[in-house]
Amino acid sequence: MSSTPIIEADRLTREFVRRSRAGRLGRTRTTMTAVDEVSLRIDPGEAVGYIGANGAGKSTTIKMLIGILVPTSGSVRTCGLDPVRQRRTLAGRVGVVFGQRSQLWWDLPVRESFGILAAIHQLPAAAARSREQELVDQLEMAAFLDTPVRQLSLGQRMRAEVAAALLHGPELVILDEPTIGLDVLSKQRLRDFLLAERARHGTTLLLTTHDMGDIERLCERVLVLDRGRMAYDGSLAGLGRTVGAQRVLVVDLAEAAPDLRDVPHTRHLASEGHGLRQRLAFDAEQTTVPRVLAEVSRRADVRDLAVEEPDIEDVVRRIYATRR
Amino acid sequence: MAEPAAVRPAAPWRTRLAPYRAVLASRVRAQRSYRVSFALDLGSSLLVGIVELAEVWILFHNVTVLGGMTFASIALVFGIADMAFSLADLALGHCDRLPTYLRAGTLDVFYLRPQPVLAQLVASDISLRRLARCVVGAAALGYGLTAADVRWSAVTVLLLAVTFVSGWAIFAALFIWAAGLQFFLVNGAEMTNAFVYGGRYAATQPGRVWPGALKVVFGFVFPVAFAAYLPVLRVVDLPSPHPFPAWAGWCAPVAAVWAWAAALACWRWGMRHYQGGGG
Amino acid sequence: MRALVRTYGRLLVSGFHEASHYRLAAFAGLVANVTFGFLKSAVLFATVDASGGHLRGYAVGSMSAYVWLSQGMLGLVNLSGGHELGDRIRTGDIAVDFARPVDLQLCYLARFVGARAFSLLPRGLPSVAVGALVVGMAMPSSVTPYLLGLVSLLLGVAVSFACVYVIHVIGFWLVETRGLQILYMVVSGFFAGLFVPLPLFPGWLLAIADATPFPSVLMTPVDVLSGRVSDVAAVHAVLLQVAWLAGTLLVGRVLTGAGLRKLEVQGG
Repeated sequence: MSSTPIIEADRLTREFVRRSRAGRLGRTRTTMTAVDEVSLRIDPGEAVGYIGANGAGKSTTIKMLIGILVPTSGSVRTCGLDPVRQRRTLAGRVGVVFGQRSQLWWDLPVRESFGILAAIHQLPAAAARSREQELVDQLEMAAFLDTPVRQLSLGQRMRAEVAAALLHGPELVILDEPTIGLDVLSKQRLRDFLLAERARHGTTLLLTTHDMGDIERLCERVLVLDRGRMAYDGSLAGLGRTVGAQRVLVVDLAEAAPDLRDVPHTRHLASEGHGLRQRLAFDAEQTTVPRVLAEVSRRADVRDLAVEEPDIEDVVRRIYATRR
Repeated sequence: MAEPAAVRPAAPWRTRLAPYRAVLASRVRAQRSYRVSFALDLGSSLLVGIVELAEVWILFHNVTVLGGMTFASIALVFGIADMAFSLADLALGHCDRLPTYLRAGTLDVFYLRPQPVLAQLVASDISLRRLARCVVGAAALGYGLTAADVRWSAVTVLLLAVTFVSGWAIFAALFIWAAGLQFFLVNGAEMTNAFVYGGRYAATQPGRVWPGALKVVFGFVFPVAFAAYLPVLRVVDLPSPHPFPAWAGWCAPVAAVWAWAAALACWRWGMRHYQGGGG
Repeated sequence: MRALVRTYGRLLVSGFHEASHYRLAAFAGLVANVTFGFLKSAVLFATVDASGGHLRGYAVGSMSAYVWLSQGMLGLVNLSGGHELGDRIRTGDIAVDFARPVDLQLCYLARFVGARAFSLLPRGLPSVAVGALVVGMAMPSSVTPYLLGLVSLLLGVAVSFACVYVIHVIGFWLVETRGLQILYMVVSGFFAGLFVPLPLFPGWLLAIADATPFPSVLMTPVDVLSGRVSDVAAVHAVLLQVAWLAGTLLVGRVLTGAGLRKLEVQGG
């Protein structure tokens, strides 16, 4: 593992000037800051989730990482390169999956798209063939390899897109909403593939998504962008803790008991089976599981227990709320 | 796993052109596979050429000499200009889809590949149906060469060859110029028709009939007058109209160089605007 | 009756409003129109001069009127063959239109006329103005040509719509109408006298042109407005436009009915 980060952004900023038509003749210029002094560092091999509301600036950041947009101020280096000035060199080292836009040739069979991409990245024939075969096997694409892209289902198309992005063996893979619109099974398969790919080749993953399942399954680190500014940068568990989201202790009692409402630092959420199973929410900052368990055990016999982590959607909503 | 591109030595020309060949080959295959619709396209392309020649012919049905030229010499001008334009349209005509790509955001896909964006746009398609239109230009060229008062010599042949290639280059540059402007125009794409298709129309006219403003625009800014008219004047030994000197007929390559320089500058300007660099 | 007028009036206005959002596109069209206008003028004036100042009834002034009126009309009439109808038929969205209580053909006609009427402001009138101011043109001094010309203009716009409508309605049976559309673009402009005024055509070619509705789209309105055709002849020309309009609209209606039946049978 080299020490040079694979993505390094320093106070990255991007402003847009919008000319809006005010009334019949007037035109006002408004400057809108899509990305506001974002600094981040991603090391090789990491798997990072990048989340935020629509319009928060995620796509704009990604475009600056790849070299599509020029930053208004600040700097960014991807794979040690300047994305704008060295875009073409960078293209060989990064793979991108745009969820909404296709990289494949619409009316050509999938196989032919791969052939063209191999020529585009000037991959040696043997290496390209074996890589393509590896991807086809891992993503189970053999069945539709000869089907034109426009006839594929969304799940099939996304698999083909991911394969297309990985064909040239990039060090960094950026996925922009890759699981949007997919059914549960397809999402699962895609996530498993990405995990395996990372394990096999040490590829760095940067994933923007609205689906918390993606984050939980794939990423160790989460970046939260709120209206252009970085609101959180750290682990997933830490995210829950930071916002003061509450964990939930679910206790199964030996016999039915009345609602346990007097356990210190907890809030009784619900009881099932006439009090046989009770759900208690507690703030991880104020108390711990063993302490809560001890207090519950003093009031009733506990047969079994489970701990639920906070709902991520809830967590993210809280982040936006606290920053208002 | 394949080596990253930065580590490999610079590839020979054949491999460097391979990606463009791959895309174009697939486009050619795709077009040929839709037999019926391709045949219809060829037919309508041919008809376009015929109508354009007819428009010139009708004028000469009414007068014998126009702008100092007979129908035979104008047919020569038309032949060279229209063929050069058709072939340029064949190679670059699809660049007018850029506004569609900009609106859909699909241009970004070009940025993911290790090739220049313009090269990818140009090599992304080829309009084979324009070949039918070339037939009309070729017919007019053939007629013009035989019927017009051509001063034949090795020099004449050289001039015609140089002119034809330069003419193609000039029209190709106009398509790129138009593409570069699309970054600013998007919904106003039709504005570029003024010099792309207007240029084609102007190239087939006897430039002597133009008022000064047109001479400036289509003689020096979008130099289509050099694509056929001025060189043909040399070939049939007619005087060049003011302000063009007699040797202007040899300057088609210079005009092509200017057109390409301006077109590439415009493209770079447009890309900078799209990417937000430079304010 | 009044309700009908109100409905179509509203459609007209909505077409007008919609077009008003595309101001840049209209200005772009103006630039293209004016450029071609100057090129046409150059070559046609030279032709008139080469003919000793008079050519088939045209002098330089009247030729100029032809050039700039015809260029100005490009924004009004549809000689390109493109229309949203084609896409709607191909995607099947047309079923929604059929479900509406307004007549399909007349609904699109009203919106088309409204939208094109808008283009007069940024495109049509300025084109003519440029010609009049920069080059100069000979226009009639009495009022009748202008009044009759306005009627003729409206009819020309309607006829062009009716023709394009027919082309796209054929999309119920043909998978791809693009080839037909390009054919229309090529042939309609030529026979409408867009690049060379029809009086310059040789006799046999003129006969072919007259067998099509296209002279009624562009040449007649230009002739009437410029006063080249006047009095009885002008009225005749306008009546011919009405006849063509009725004919093409009728063909369109018949095809629409057949298309609707086809949709119903297929279960649209």
